[in-house]
Amino acid sequence: MNLGRIFAIAYKETLQVWRDPRSLAMALLMPALQLALLGYGVSLDIKRVGLCIYDQERSQISRELVERLTASDWFRIAAKLPDDQAVRAAMDRGDCVAAVTIPVNFSRILATTGKATLQTVFDATDVNTTNIATGYAQGIVGIVTANFEQRWAASHGLRPQTVGVIDLEPRVWFNEGLDSRNFIIPGVVAIILSLVGAQLTSLTVAREWERGTMEQLISTPVTAFEFMLGKLAPYFMIGLFDAAFCLCAAAFWFEVPFRGGLGTLILTTALFSLVVLGIGYLVSVRVRDQRGASQVALMLTMLPTTLLSGFTFPIDQMPQALQAVTLVVYARYYVTILRAVFLKGSTIGDLIAPVLALVVFAAVIMWAAARSFHKRLD
Amino acid sequence: MTDAVVAEGLTKTFGAFTAVDHLDLTIAKGEIVGFIGPNGAGKSTTIRMLCGLLRPSAGRAVVAGYDVGREPEAVRAHIGYMSQKFSLYGDLTVRENLRFFGGLYLVPRRDMEERMATAVSMAGLEGREDALVRTLAGGWKQRLALGCAILHRPPVLFLDEPTSGVEPEARRRFWELIHHLASDGVTILVSTHYMEEAEYCNRIALIDAGHLVAAGGPGELRRRELGGVLFEMECAAAGAALSVLQRAPGVIDATIFGDKLHVLLHDAEAAAGLQPLLARQSIGSGPPRAITPSLEDVFVQLVTRPHQAGPAA
Repeated sequence: MNLGRIFAIAYKETLQVWRDPRSLAMALLMPALQLALLGYGVSLDIKRVGLCIYDQERSQISRELVERLTASDWFRIAAKLPDDQAVRAAMDRGDCVAAVTIPVNFSRILATTGKATLQTVFDATDVNTTNIATGYAQGIVGIVTANFEQRWAASHGLRPQTVGVIDLEPRVWFNEGLDSRNFIIPGVVAIILSLVGAQLTSLTVAREWERGTMEQLISTPVTAFEFMLGKLAPYFMIGLFDAAFCLCAAAFWFEVPFRGGLGTLILTTALFSLVVLGIGYLVSVRVRDQRGASQVALMLTMLPTTLLSGFTFPIDQMPQALQAVTLVVYARYYVTILRAVFLKGSTIGDLIAPVLALVVFAAVIMWAAARSFHKRLD
Repeated sequence: MTDAVVAEGLTKTFGAFTAVDHLDLTIAKGEIVGFIGPNGAGKSTTIRMLCGLLRPSAGRAVVAGYDVGREPEAVRAHIGYMSQKFSLYGDLTVRENLRFFGGLYLVPRRDMEERMATAVSMAGLEGREDALVRTLAGGWKQRLALGCAILHRPPVLFLDEPTSGVEPEARRRFWELIHHLASDGVTILVSTHYMEEAEYCNRIALIDAGHLVAAGGPGELRRRELGGVLFEMECAAAGAALSVLQRAPGVIDATIFGDKLHVLLHDAEAAAGLQPLLARQSIGSGPPRAITPSLEDVFVQLVTRPHQAGPAA
């Protein structure tokens, strides 16, 4: 291995990126654009979900319930409806996502048995929103019920403690506001890095084949390993720059709490960059034309990273078979690491498993990439 | 061993297609060998095998003392190669291209400036060192590519159709450079499909359909390979005359060459009968004149001769 040759290639590659508006835009503008789109566009929080109320009882309790529901920022009252047909119609028109029917004898049943049924209908065509809205609604109803139970106990001359009303007080750690942005932004950073990193390197070898410069290159004594290191060096620097930009934006612009160590962050980010740059390079060596390489790289990075990294869908909620598949989705380890470092302040020691996984991925991909480059035309 | 290039039974097949068929070629140190043949004859494939870019299907080659199959990296360090396609970086400047290839060939730092200056002056690019290469015209690009290929002072140089698509004046200048390099002891194998360029070479290897059909000095080939005397005739109806002449007694072959006919005869005496023969078919023609055969005549003669009866087509 000769450093002079590696430097010659790295320098040449840097000049070419610098003079190619397309590469430059991809390296410098794409991360900002993606961050804006994904950072603002993707939110798993729901706000002001349309709610229809069919209050058959019109009692103190039912009014309190409705007040509570609307007092939160999560629901807005879309309409108060007179009958079941109207509920159905409002649902069909899409006026509301949820409809709550308070039955005629609601407070009476609650008063006598301590247990009453509240019918809520959700439009489950948007499963995600429905799940979250159901959770919120249950929370609110729970509070109202608890209040009522306390009053009921008092009115029967019992002290609340003695009836043993269970006061469930959930404590949320690490992401206290349950703000999904804190959860999503670190994932967005992983997506941007894998997208930009693999896209940039996917063009680099294919371009040499397309322009006919590769034949000249492989007639020189440069080795496959020198060639790879020289090619990757400038993109590694770009990758680190993009990572720094995205991570700073995450911490300072989107105000995701950062509780971990900078060293852990830099080390794992460098590892992850090596993995994605290596994948792009490997694809470029194999596919040999820029358009094809770019598309293959996109498939190998974008899809698994968005769908299977745990970025949007929690891995432990996936079917067993799919969970097994995610083991080879390198991005899941980085997503795990980023969330842990940002929100939990985890250190390298806490993250041995995902860090080791990234080391293994980086080593295997680099090895495969160096091996698959042959200095021959056949 | 004084031979710079030795190929023995060099063969390359792509599937069922045999691009190069048992080619034997020896090039002495300091020789300029012209590799001549039509497109698709196997010139590029042979050169690529000699550079270690293609793996020979059979046979072996030793270049600059290193076996191409076993020590390809040693071969690469001792050769310069100019591929058929323009292969410099258009988005880099003259100087940046030179520096890049100098870096790959590990040209010592203290020699780099001097060698770059030599390459620049050789290409006639003084004052344009910082111009992007894509802005240069063909002749300059091609001389710069040669400059890049010889930065490490290789003893053996392979040039694959370096002059194709370049204007005649630039081609002439390029051949001057090649002769200059050969006088310094560099061995050069240069392929071309311009027959007239063969005259610039010490020796010629004629290749057709993967076979080496003849090799020798230009003069030697002209004398030896034709096997007859060549006459030229001017003729109004060349097409009609051709079929008459091809069947005429004493005629080995007749071909159309530009606007004239070339007639190859067993001996000069048969020439006298040609004009009357055509006149009997009402074809007007000028008198036959004995001419010195060009290499193109030799080549046409060689490839139409039934050597295809040999091993493979």
